[in-house]
This record gives sequence, C-alpha cells and structure tokens, in this order.
Amino acid sequence: MFDYSFHWRIAFKALPDMLNGAWVTLETAALSMLLGTLIALLLTLLRQQQNPLLRGFAETWVSIARNTPSLFQIYILYFGLGAFGLHVSSWLALLAGITFNNAGYLAENFRGGLKAVPDTQMRAARSLGMNAFQAYRLIIVPQLLRIVFHPLSNQMVWAVLMTSLGVIVGLNNDLTGVTQDYNVKTFRTFEYFALAAVLYYLIAKTIVLSARLMAWRLFRY
Amino acid sequence: MIEIDKVHKSFGDLEVVKGVSLTVNKGEVVSIIGGSGSGKSTLLMCINGLEPIQRGSIRVDGTEVHAPGTDLNKLRQKIGIVFQQWNAFPHLTVLENVMLAPRKVLGLSKQDAEAMAVKQLTHVGLADKLKVFPGKLSGGQQQRMAIARALAMSPDYMLFDEATSALDPQLVGEVLDTMRLLAEEGMTMILVTHEIRFARDVSDRVAFFRNGLVHEIGSPDQVIGNPQMAETADFLKSVL
Repeated sequence: MFDYSFHWRIAFKALPDMLNGAWVTLETAALSMLLGTLIALLLTLLRQQQNPLLRGFAETWVSIARNTPSLFQIYILYFGLGAFGLHVSSWLALLAGITFNNAGYLAENFRGGLKAVPDTQMRAARSLGMNAFQAYRLIIVPQLLRIVFHPLSNQMVWAVLMTSLGVIVGLNNDLTGVTQDYNVKTFRTFEYFALAAVLYYLIAKTIVLSARLMAWRLFRY
Repeated sequence: MIEIDKVHKSFGDLEVVKGVSLTVNKGEVVSIIGGSGSGKSTLLMCINGLEPIQRGSIRVDGTEVHAPGTDLNKLRQKIGIVFQQWNAFPHLTVLENVMLAPRKVLGLSKQDAEAMAVKQLTHVGLADKLKVFPGKLSGGQQQRMAIARALAMSPDYMLFDEATSALDPQLVGEVLDTMRLLAEEGMTMILVTHEIRFARDVSDRVAFFRNGLVHEIGSPDQVIGNPQMAETADFLKSVL
C-alpha cells in the first residue's frame, strides 16, 4: 500500500543551497553556449573551406557531437582522458562536454541558416558598393540571426538540462549535485528531486520566454 | 560612357556571351531585347563586375572594369542596378533600405542620407511607406523601392535587368512609369527588357541579342518598326 509520507518542510530548508546550485547551473550553461556559439561559427567557416583536412575536422566534430550521447561525451572527457593521465576537474569536463555538444548542433543550425539567406541578397548589397565585410555585417548576418534565433534559444535550454549530467563525473555544486547530496543524506529522493525539477522547469521557461521577448523586440519584420 | 569591346563570358563550358561590342554614351537610353538565354542579363552583370568575363574588355568612363587593380566597390557607386527579383533587404524598413548604402558606402551623415532617401522615395511615389517593411509592400512597390535605393547613390548609370518580368501584369505600369520618368530626366540607362512597346517609346537605340551576340542594333523605329534581319522580325512577331 501507499504508506510514504511526504516531508516537504525539510526539502524547503534546502532551497537556499539549491538556488545557489541553480546559479552554478545557469552560469555553466551560459558559458558553454557562449563558447559553443563561437566554435560553431568557426566550424561553419571551416566546413566551407576547400582544404579537406580543415573541412574533415569540422565535419567530424559535428557528426560525433550530434550522433553520440552527451553523457558519453562528458564521461570520456573526464574518465577517458584521466586514463591517459590527463586530469581535468569535474566542472571543466562538464563544461567542455556541453560546449562540444552545443558547437556541433549550432554549427548545423548555422549552416542551414546561411543557406536560407538567398545569394541575391549578397549580390544586391555588393551592387550598391558595399565591400564583402559590410555586406555580411549589414545584410547577411542580421537575417541569419533571425533564422537561427529560435534554435539558439532551444539549445540554451538543452544546455541547462545537460548540466545535470555533471553529477556522474562528481560535480557537487550545481543544482543536480546539491540535490543529490541532500538525497544521499536523507533518502528523501522524491521531495528533493521534485523541487529540483521545478527549479529546472522555471529556468528553462524563463529562457524561452525571455528569448521570445527578445525576438519580438529585435525582429520587427 | 560605357564601352563594351568583344566581351566573352562563360559559365563553365557554356559560353553565354560570345564577343559582344556595344557603346553607350552619356545620356543615352539603350534597350536590349532578345529571347531567354541570349546573354542579355549576363552582360548587364558583367558591366558592374558582379560577374567576371573571360575575354574582351568593359570600360566605364575609361576605367577597365575587369582589370585586377580596379576598385569595384568604388566603381559600383556610380552604376545603379535594378534586378528582376527586386532584392529588397527584408530586415530593414523602406527608408532604411534606401538610406543604408549612402550612409555606409558614401559616408553621408544620418540626416543627409535620410534626406536623400526621402527625396528618392518621393520621386518613385513611396513617400507614405517610409516606416513599412518590404514584406508588406506589393511587388511593384518593392521594385520602385529598389529603384529609389539605387538612385540614392546618385549613380551616373542605371542598369535594369528585366525589372518588370517578375511582376503581376497590373503592377508593371507603375514601374515602367518610374523608369520613363528617369529616362526623361536624362539618366544614362541600359534596359534589358521584354516590354517591347516601352523599349520603343523610351530608347535612343535598341539592340537585339541572339546567341550571345548583338544581332541587330539601331534606332527603335528601325529595329522594332522595320527590322532588317529575319530573326529579329521572328522574335518581334513572337512577343508582340
């Protein structure tokens, strides 16, 4: 029979610690997005090169990032490299793992976005006397940004959720890490993880809503 | 003056322009007519260096367009071009579309660029659409905006690449009226067009292109009214 009694009060006592953890989660995700976006731009550029080595490198990155579990990506960075004597901290392994994943997915989005801006836009810009850099900056990139904006905000949500994988490489100060610490001390698994889930949900929803607000402000056409 | 001298242009193995020579003097309006694939539009793209050429030369006011040292960005400032697919910048308002190049390329102040843009947009009858995004305009309005955008650079030459071909029939007239106005003001123009009657009305000379060559050239009354070549007559019969 159902004889579990909920103990929400002790769970709520952990809330300040969990909120601190949530901040670490958000910071890690934001940093991984920033790095991921920069690397994705670089990968997009490399994929357009004639040199097969550069192109191959970028293609391989994108392909592995998109077709293997992100759990493995983090696991290999931490324990796999550890086996070769390359020790990185839990947090760094998590950050690198998510960044690797973000870059792969975003590079694919950027490529699609670039294809969606017609060549004739470039042609029209150049015909007005703009140089290639001006044409990219003033005409192509603003249109690209709109096309990749929603994939970008989705990936940000995804990055937040992926940080929860840090716990498997021993990270204990992000939201999942803090929650897990309370869990093993008290075995109030349901309460703590339900509370953590609500916090993740709120973070994710906040990202989606602020992205929508930003899009509404930015893209008036 | 635009001097086109024995120009050859290929896309891969396919030669599209096969040694065209044509001179357009200041203040002259020259129309290029002919079937599709005859190399008319391609030649236009070569004049401002949007497409490279394989042989021959094109000189604009004495500047060799396809010479390695030529500053094409500078050259393009004095050659406006209007495309078949108008190519409005969708993320900018009508006013911003027209202001952008004068500001960023010519380096005009915001006030001066805006004044120029408003002047040109008024000229093409879009003074009431300044704050609108191109997506909200009809094809004819977008094309008139594209004309204003090119004119805002104060070009010495205007090239029109089938400017009305992609428009609904009822919108063609408003764009042709704008072009006619420009011709009457003395702008040097090269029109690639399928509007034969319009070409006859506004042009000083008409060139009939066939198989990548100028097949017949002369005054509109001569080429359209009384063609000397059988192919010209056949073409005109098929489109008129």
